[in-house]
Amino acid sequence: MTDVTTEAPVPGARIPAERGTSTRLAANVLDVFVRSIVPVLLALVAGAILLLALGRNPLTFYGDIWKGGIELGAWQDSLMRAAPLLLIAIGLTVVFRANIWNLGYDGQFLLGAALISGLGPWIVTREPLWFALTVLFLVAGAAGAAWTIVPAALKAYYGTNEIITTLMMSFIGVGVANILIKGPFQDPTVNIPETRVLPLDKMLPSIPGTRVHVGVLVAFAAVIVVHFVLTRTSFGLRLQVLGANPRAARHMGVKLPRVIVMSFLVSGFLIGMAAAADILGIWGYVRSNWNPAYGDTVIPFVFLARLNVLALVPYVLFYAVLSTGGDLATEHANLTTDFLLVLVALILIFMTLIEYFGRRRALGTSYLTPGLRQSLRVPWRTTSKAAAE
Amino acid sequence: MSEVLTRTFMTALVSGGILAGVPLMFTALGETISERAGVLNIGLEGMMLVGAYVGFVGAYYGHTVYIGFLTGLLGGAIASLFMVVLCVRLGLDQIVIGIAITLAGEGITSVLQGAQFGTTYPRLGAPPTVAIPLLSRIPVIGPSLFDQPLIVYLGFTLVGVVAWIFRRTNIGLNLRAAGEKPEALDAAGVSVVATRSWAALVTGCCAGVGGAYLSIVGAGTFTPFMTQGQGFMAIVIAMLARGKPLWVVFGSFLFGICLSIATALQLAGIDVSVDVVNMLPFIAIIVALMVFARRSYLPPALALPYVRGAR
Amino acid sequence: MTKRFPGVLANDEVSLSMYAGEVHCLLGENGAGKSTLISILSGMLRPDAGEIRVDGRPVRIDSPRAALELGVGTVYQHSTLVPALTVLENLLLGDARGLRLNTRPARERLAEFASTLGIEIDADAPAGELALGRQQQVEIIKALWRGSRVLVLDEPTSMLTPQGVAELQGVLRRLKETGIAVIFITHKLHEALAVADRITILRSGRVVGSLEHVRLEQSSAEELQAEIVRMMFGEEGRTATDVAELRTDLSAEEGYGAAHAEHADTLLELVGVSARPIGGSDPGITDISLVVHEGEIIGVAGMDGNGQRALAEAIAGERSTSAGDVRLYDAPVGKLDVAARQKLGLRYVTDDRLGEGVVTSLPVSVNLFLKRIGQRPFWKHGRIDRTAIDREAQSLVTSFDVRTPSVATRAGTLSGGNVQKVVLARELSNDPKVVVFHKPTYGLDLRTTRVVRDIIRDLAAGGAAALVISTDLDELLELCSRILVLSRGRLVGEVENGPHASERVGELMIGADEEAA
Repeated sequence: MTDVTTEAPVPGARIPAERGTSTRLAANVLDVFVRSIVPVLLALVAGAILLLALGRNPLTFYGDIWKGGIELGAWQDSLMRAAPLLLIAIGLTVVFRANIWNLGYDGQFLLGAALISGLGPWIVTREPLWFALTVLFLVAGAAGAAWTIVPAALKAYYGTNEIITTLMMSFIGVGVANILIKGPFQDPTVNIPETRVLPLDKMLPSIPGTRVHVGVLVAFAAVIVVHFVLTRTSFGLRLQVLGANPRAARHMGVKLPRVIVMSFLVSGFLIGMAAAADILGIWGYVRSNWNPAYGDTVIPFVFLARLNVLALVPYVLFYAVLSTGGDLATEHANLTTDFLLVLVALILIFMTLIEYFGRRRALGTSYLTPGLRQSLRVPWRTTSKAAAE
Repeated sequence: MSEVLTRTFMTALVSGGILAGVPLMFTALGETISERAGVLNIGLEGMMLVGAYVGFVGAYYGHTVYIGFLTGLLGGAIASLFMVVLCVRLGLDQIVIGIAITLAGEGITSVLQGAQFGTTYPRLGAPPTVAIPLLSRIPVIGPSLFDQPLIVYLGFTLVGVVAWIFRRTNIGLNLRAAGEKPEALDAAGVSVVATRSWAALVTGCCAGVGGAYLSIVGAGTFTPFMTQGQGFMAIVIAMLARGKPLWVVFGSFLFGICLSIATALQLAGIDVSVDVVNMLPFIAIIVALMVFARRSYLPPALALPYVRGAR
Repeated sequence: MTKRFPGVLANDEVSLSMYAGEVHCLLGENGAGKSTLISILSGMLRPDAGEIRVDGRPVRIDSPRAALELGVGTVYQHSTLVPALTVLENLLLGDARGLRLNTRPARERLAEFASTLGIEIDADAPAGELALGRQQQVEIIKALWRGSRVLVLDEPTSMLTPQGVAELQGVLRRLKETGIAVIFITHKLHEALAVADRITILRSGRVVGSLEHVRLEQSSAEELQAEIVRMMFGEEGRTATDVAELRTDLSAEEGYGAAHAEHADTLLELVGVSARPIGGSDPGITDISLVVHEGEIIGVAGMDGNGQRALAEAIAGERSTSAGDVRLYDAPVGKLDVAARQKLGLRYVTDDRLGEGVVTSLPVSVNLFLKRIGQRPFWKHGRIDRTAIDREAQSLVTSFDVRTPSVATRAGTLSGGNVQKVVLARELSNDPKVVVFHKPTYGLDLRTTRVVRDIIRDLAAGGAAALVISTDLDELLELCSRILVLSRGRLVGEVENGPHASERVGELMIGADEEAA
């Protein structure tokens, strides 16, 4: 089959003139806007239609979301809910950039949560608080990272499909977490299957002047650190090359098994830390069979942010508001909170649709291109499907 | 330990295994067809759930299980339409869309269930069974294998039909080419998109029936998220079966037994933690994957959209 | 026929006629628009303007199916057989009549075809296990299966031994006699002259000349060669002796590649090296021993799939060896990885430019240093220094004449020749000592081909060494002083370049093939 790009531009043939830089910049900005915002808007509209079909009022629904998510100090709850979401989203971005599908986030999260709520009450009594809390963060991170080892090794050394292995480990992880909670970590003083509750003064302190716990700051710090690592270090470039083209990565001398395992470990670590932020910041304990499924809901935003960690922040904050406000809105509308899952799925679908239409106009854009640093020869009208690939 | 091998236990195990294995069998069979053609359906879990809910509703309001299975089939087909349009026709990423279908399936069925039935969980009665004379009297396995609702026998026949289609028909050839080397199929003048579209649609139908079986026969009702990962189990079974329908049956019932061990043990009076037992199927899968790490077979063009003229 | 792509006018009002029982050659260098035209004929692409007529009737070919129904069968340059299916199944693909597979009538038909073409084929062998020449014959049968009267062959000789080429020419002659019109696309002048009854020459998307049967018979090879060269390249004063593709008489050579000094150092040595196969049709390599001296250009000939990739990767460090020693400057480098060997001056220019040579989504500047990730001065303490990269990239782009809007352009948007220049710039910068080239000029237009071959010659002249692995025997004969022959992963012989080198290499390739068959 012909690969058109091997034919050199023919002298005398017509080549579209290079657009002026300002028009190109404007075009790029519009492009980014369309891809980033429109899918969310479309999903909200589709969600409204769905609400109407179910006989609910979309305006009151979305109004409740605003009320429950932002007004009257609810923004602080949204911010706190954003902390674990952000950490998980960063963790997923790291692996997705390497084109590795770590779908085991539920298990990694819950294991971290179980471990620190089990060990927490013991550790916080023995050390200075800041030290104990840091240790707990690290323990949670280590738990999450440890739970990625089996899928990581299977993929790195045998090429086993990680979608399945991480999913399986996730189900197992949830089970193990439950066993731990009902067993060694069980609160001996109550009948309900849950761990001991951390006393309030032993949990994460709040940012002065607010109710928001410092776990939020940890999350934002992680954003900055991870962004630097992904875009400016040699590890980040190796990750990117692996994600773009594993064969080329091998050709360039990138040690694939090492990069695969490292990215899994980093991802698991961040997801475990998310559990620390949540438990040590808000809950203070874990009940068995609890699964907030943060990862499921944050995935589309990882893609929408084009796998760029900085761009994740507004998206995650948006979803945190949606989720916090959604508690109120779904209750008023007499729907289960799982309605948000539908909204999230709609965002995913619209996002891929818009990507498709966008693809027809621009040559070869992918989720991996960072920001506006790309420079494309963009023909605004393609005449053949082959050239559009 | 001798309690384990009592008749009660064995019968419970086999019948439970069949009960749990049938939905896996349908779904995994459908997934085999898709995977052979080069389509990876991560959204199987969502399709099963849609089939389960729509199937239950059909059986409940239609007052007969057959309507239920029909609606379940349609439900699964509609869910798979997203795969067909977005992934096969438009060439969007199969994994991303698959995740979206699973999330949407989980969310929509939960919402609809709540909206329709609120907090009540109406139950269907036990489904009618067809007993094969003589065979159904065999101790232990008789009632389990030969006294089942019609749909189960249909399922077994389907396995044979699919196997025959793969090996001896033009459709089967096209499917295999679509998964191995779609350029070749295109050059031979057959539409790759059409072939894969039909494959994905059939998978949706199978997953829908599997889900419907779960709610109609298995539980008698629909609860949100009731598939509990069985959609993913079906994907694993399809992968490990290396495209051979007979292996799909074997794998499905192996996992079916894993899933039903908890109840069987309880019936036999053995007390094992529910959590441990619930993990068994997944542990089994991980172990299987580790042992057979080198041998799971996936067609080369799996999950890659086909665009004519692109390399 | 007119066909436009963004930035390129691939076919500019091209008109052709094909007659029954005639072999019509479409000649032109890479990039002249031949493949585009063929894609239109086979239904893979649709023209922007123009008309196709079959038996005088205007028709539309909008899909491969339509082409087949109109009687046009195509054998593409890249195999369209499904390796996992048997020969019979491949032939039946798409020929659906009802639900069941009609194997019995198909077997008979296959036997008929095989005897017409004078060959033998095992109907139940998996297509992937056949030798390349055999696979091509199956593809010819497949193209004719549904009663096609026009057979289109796109660069069919690129994968064949000289003897395989002769066999193909015999097959074509027999097909001609059955009344089929054959269109044969090539960029090699001597092949065209050997088989054609009619030659049409394409240049830059246009038809620039045509030679008919009568003319071809009457004129001598030199006259035709001169005329065709003039048509292909205009008055640029290029002579045919410059490039192997244009020479009709390869056996009368003057310069046999770079001669090597008698007492040159050994730069690269392989002693009994073996490497395991990696899936697919890769046979790995077994017990390879070779020596490359300073200033030498050594060639490795052989058909695709005989271990070339394994050899290149084993030398480069991408693939681990299961036996033997790879030695650089007389020290074993087996334990060193790709980056370490790069630093020592051992470089590898891969044949798969877009698949592994560059990362298409990354800018040219980054691609130029991808084999030096983490190294100074581009990375300091693991942190990237973009200015240093851009600056050095700019200088490389200038010295290697890479046509790109800027160093920040994504590598995937460059044309094939420029991608190859990027790969060369990367591998040949920073003091190369031993460079392995795999198919360095495959698919490139003539100008870039000459540039690349000059680069290789300059490299050797400067004291480094080159190992050129190629399926293009003409290229090896032009560049190399010695040619090794690789077959099924083993070196089956070595030929000094000189008169009759081509035949001797061909014999070695065939001999090993026959032994193994």
